[in-house]
Parts: sequence; C-alpha cells; structure tokens
Amino acid sequence: MTAYIIRRLLWALVILILLTVVIFFSMRLLPGDPLMIYVAQSRISNIGPEALAKMRADYGLDKPIMVQYYNWAKNVLKGDLGRSVFYNQSVGKLIRARLPITMHIGLAAFIVATLLGTMSGLLAGLRRGKLADQIVTPLAYIGITLPVFWLGIIMVYIFGLKLHWLPIGGYTSPFTNFWLNTRQMVMPVTCECLLGLASLSRQMRSSVLEVARQDYIRTAWAKGLRERVIVFRHMLKNSLIPIITLMGFAIGGIFGGSVLVETVFNIPGMGRLMVSSIFNQDYVVVQGTTLIFGAIVLVVNLLVDMSYGWLDPRIRYN
Amino acid sequence: MTEQQALAAFNEAPPRVNEWKRFRKVFFARRLVIFGLVVLFLLAFTAIFASVIAPYNPYKQNLYDVLKQPSWAHWLGTDSLGRDTLSRLIYGSRTAILVGFVTTGAGAAVGMLLGLIAGYYNGKLINMIIMRSMDLLISFPMIILALFLAAILGGGIWNVIIALGVGALPGYARVIQGLTLSIKENDYIMSERAMGASELRTMMAHILPNALPPMIVLITLQLGGIILAEAGLSYLGIGIRPPGAAWGAMVNEGYGYLTTNPVLSIAPGVAIMMVVFAFNLIGDGLRDALDPRLRGTL
Repeated sequence: MTAYIIRRLLWALVILILLTVVIFFSMRLLPGDPLMIYVAQSRISNIGPEALAKMRADYGLDKPIMVQYYNWAKNVLKGDLGRSVFYNQSVGKLIRARLPITMHIGLAAFIVATLLGTMSGLLAGLRRGKLADQIVTPLAYIGITLPVFWLGIIMVYIFGLKLHWLPIGGYTSPFTNFWLNTRQMVMPVTCECLLGLASLSRQMRSSVLEVARQDYIRTAWAKGLRERVIVFRHMLKNSLIPIITLMGFAIGGIFGGSVLVETVFNIPGMGRLMVSSIFNQDYVVVQGTTLIFGAIVLVVNLLVDMSYGWLDPRIRYN
Repeated sequence: MTEQQALAAFNEAPPRVNEWKRFRKVFFARRLVIFGLVVLFLLAFTAIFASVIAPYNPYKQNLYDVLKQPSWAHWLGTDSLGRDTLSRLIYGSRTAILVGFVTTGAGAAVGMLLGLIAGYYNGKLINMIIMRSMDLLISFPMIILALFLAAILGGGIWNVIIALGVGALPGYARVIQGLTLSIKENDYIMSERAMGASELRTMMAHILPNALPPMIVLITLQLGGIILAEAGLSYLGIGIRPPGAAWGAMVNEGYGYLTTNPVLSIAPGVAIMMVVFAFNLIGDGLRDALDPRLRGTL
C-alpha cells in the first residue's frame, strides 16, 4: 500500500508542476506585452520609457521566460500569487478571504450529495420497481438535466420573492449569525449538490443492482443472514468503487457549479471572484483562482485514487 | 465432441438474432426514447427553419413594446428591449445545436484519436504524454477550464466551442484508450498484423469500429452536458455576443424582471432542460440497445 501511495503522490506532483506550467504559459499567450496590459489596467498615465523599463525590471519581465516561470513558481510556493490590478490587493489575500466561503458551501453540498445520493440510490436499487424506486429514479433523471443557475433563479423566485421564506442571496459567516447563515445556505447548497446527488443516486442504483446479482450475495441470502447485514456489510462496500470515482467528479462539479451558483446568489466566493476578474481583465487573479481550483481537484482525485487501493486490494497490488 | 453432438448443441442453442433487429427492438421499445427523439426532431426542425417559424425578427428592438406579458401577439411576451421572447427562443436553438454538435463532434474526433494512439502504443512515451495531458485537463472542472480559456482567447461562440471541446477531450480519450487496450488483445487483431496490415489500418479499420458502440453512447450523453455547459457560460456572459440569442443568456437577461415577467427566465430554462433531458434519454436508450451483454438475445 505504501508503494501505491508513493506512486500516486509522485504522479500528483508531476501533474501539479504541469498545471503551473500550463497556467503560467497560457497567460503569456495573451496578446500584447504583459506590462502594457498592466499599465492599461492600472490607468497609469504619462509613463515614460525609463519608468517602463524600471517597471519591467521590477516585475522581472526583462528576464528570460523560463526564469520568469521559475520566479513565479517560487513565489506561488510561498503563497504569493501576485497582485490584483483591479482590487489593488495581493491575490493570496483575496483568495484567502473567499476560499473559506466556497469551501463551506462546497463541503455542505458534497455531504448532502453523498449522503442523499448513495442512500436514495441504495433504496431505489433494493426496492427496484417499488414506490421508492418510482420516486427516486425520475427525480434523479431530472436532477442531471436541470441547469443549476436556472434552478437557483426559480428557487429565488419561489422561496425568496414569493414566499419570503429564505434570503435571496449573500453570505454571512456562521460565526457572526449562525441562523442567518443557515438560511442563506439552503438554496446555494441545494443547487450545488443537485448534479452530484442525482449522478450518485443513479450510479448507486445500478451498482446495487449489479452487486445484488453476484454469487456471494446469493450465498449470504442462502445462509439466512439478515437484510441489514447483507446490505451494509456485503453490498455497500462492493457498490462503492464506482461511487468513489463519481464522488471525485462530484467535487469537480461542485467547484465548477460554484462559479454559477455564487453568481446567481451574489456570494462573495472564489467562483464569483474568477468570473468578475475575467470581465475586469484582472488576469493575475484569473491565474490564481484557476491554479487553486485545479490544485484542489487534483488533491481530491489523489484521495479518490488512494481510496480505490483501500476499497479494492486488486487495484493496490496491480 | 462428435459431429452429431456438435450438431445437437447447435440445434439446442437459442437462435442468433440479427443485431440491427435487436437494436431496433430494444431502442424503440422504450417510450421515453421515442419522447427524446421527438424533442430532438423538434429541436432540429426549429433550428433549421428558425427564420420561417419565428413570428418576429429576434434582434429587432421595439421600445414601445418592452416587457409585455404573454399575449396572442407575443406568446411568451417581450424582453426589456421589446424583442419577442418566443422568436429569440427559436433562434437560441441554433446556438444550442451549433455549440452542442460542433463541440461534441470535434472533441470526440480528437479525443478518440488521442485515446486510440495512447491505447495502441501502451507503455510507450507517446502514451505517457497523451494520458498525462489528459490527467492534467481532468484536474479542471469543465466550466473552470472553459472560463480560463475564455479569459485567454476572449468570449465569442467559437472560443466557447474550443474551450468546451478541450474540456471534453479527456472523457473520450480515457474511455477509448481502455477499449483499445482490450480490443487489441483479440486474435483477429493479431492475425491482421501478421498478415501485414499497417498500424494505421489496424487502428482505423479494426480497433476503432469495435470501440464505436460505447463511444456513441458517451457522445450522446456528452451532448446534453455540453449544451448545459454552454448555457452556463452564456448565463455568465461568456459566449454568444449580443444581440445573438442563447438560452443561458436569456435566463440571465430575464433575472432582473423575475417578479414582473418570470416567463423571460423560465421559458429558456425549460428549453435547456428539455433538450438535455432528450439527449440523456436517447443516450440511455442507446446504452441499453448496444449493451454487449445482451448481444444475440431477444
């Protein structure tokens, strides 16, 4: 298992380095001189050639591109992601203020999606063709087809504007006002978890149906084991491998969805920061947010790979 | 086994069923698949004949007719610039179809080629380069990757197509790489190589056709996902430029008038949902109909 973990960690490190390479060099693909873009965005007027040359040296843009990449990567490792032109703040500071909000909503959405998705799928699989299945399966189907931003708008319309049950947007820290935070979280979490929940439910249902056909389950029934033991000890663990893969995708989907959900509900998180930075042409922030999103998904995929080894010894030893 | 025993075994075996006949029987037996096909047909018809069906010019502003409620003159009302919502919805189907099909087609073609090469040259450097690049791409959620590329390339429908196409690559490449690995171990591939077939011919004429059924299912299911992602991007304002019509952008435009004219946001959302629903239904129908475990049965 240790060799397996080390191998996976090394691969993740390689991918992480590649990620920084791609992000750094992609930003250099932007048309024009990066310094001129910076000057234009900063609205600095009357800048002379000497001042431009000094700025070029200060930002290290006079150095060869590989040296620039090295310096940038070194700073990223120290947590320095550059300075936002639009906000006039360090990108690290901007992200530090917003990441916990995105993580808070994302984590809540992930927990809801995992619990409800696996449980509803398990129920639908075990009660195939019965009422539970007839309710869960169509709902899961609808769940994967609903555009999250549209669902958000419909929820705002019904629960916010018509019924006045929930606030229509914003984010308050749970440490400041827990009750308000809980009410504010209901709609964004519902929207963010929907796709993951529906996909997990569908996958869990088909996994359970597949596992239920296996000989060892028939043997378990024949031995006279109780249903609870068969379901939780034998069926659940064996149904989990495709579920773990999907859980990895669900986290990617949740972060992707956060871009839309935070825009709909006006939540000051990473997703909205990224979108507004694109419109503000604040490329350093786009670079930083993309890197953080990529790194998070990379770590999640690494954990998913490791959990395969734990769940299925055949993968570990292969 | 004697000849008579073999003959008896042959006679007792269930009769082989024509594959195409079996496919049709399974695929068209599901009523929901028929529903999906009807929706898809309507979408294609609407997109092709948009200029004939649309009651008004979708781009023409009429400031005397802004934010009208649904009526006989304007079935779905008008937007904040007095444009007919139904006409914009009809023209929006063109955007959905264009982005959906071009992105999926290009993404599938490139992704399948990369996966085929990676699978065929398993263990070689080219395999490592391709598959590690796919690992890299997969570490971005599709919409984040599309946003990042849109930031570099700029907005506009073609850049969205490129961005979403790049995001879709790893899905195809990974699946076809796995399929190629198992298909190339078959005896018929080895005998083809022994007979002197080139590597290109082996890949294109023998491995690819055998890997196609699961790919068709994946492509159909991806189509819905791409249309959903395009709607998300156009909702954020990245994608088709004004005054072009896109369903996601229409949802966003209507958001500001949710209390007075909810239909402006609701109608395009329903359209997106129906189309994605239809592609998923057809994809699921194809999966069942092309399932190799059911081959030769019924």
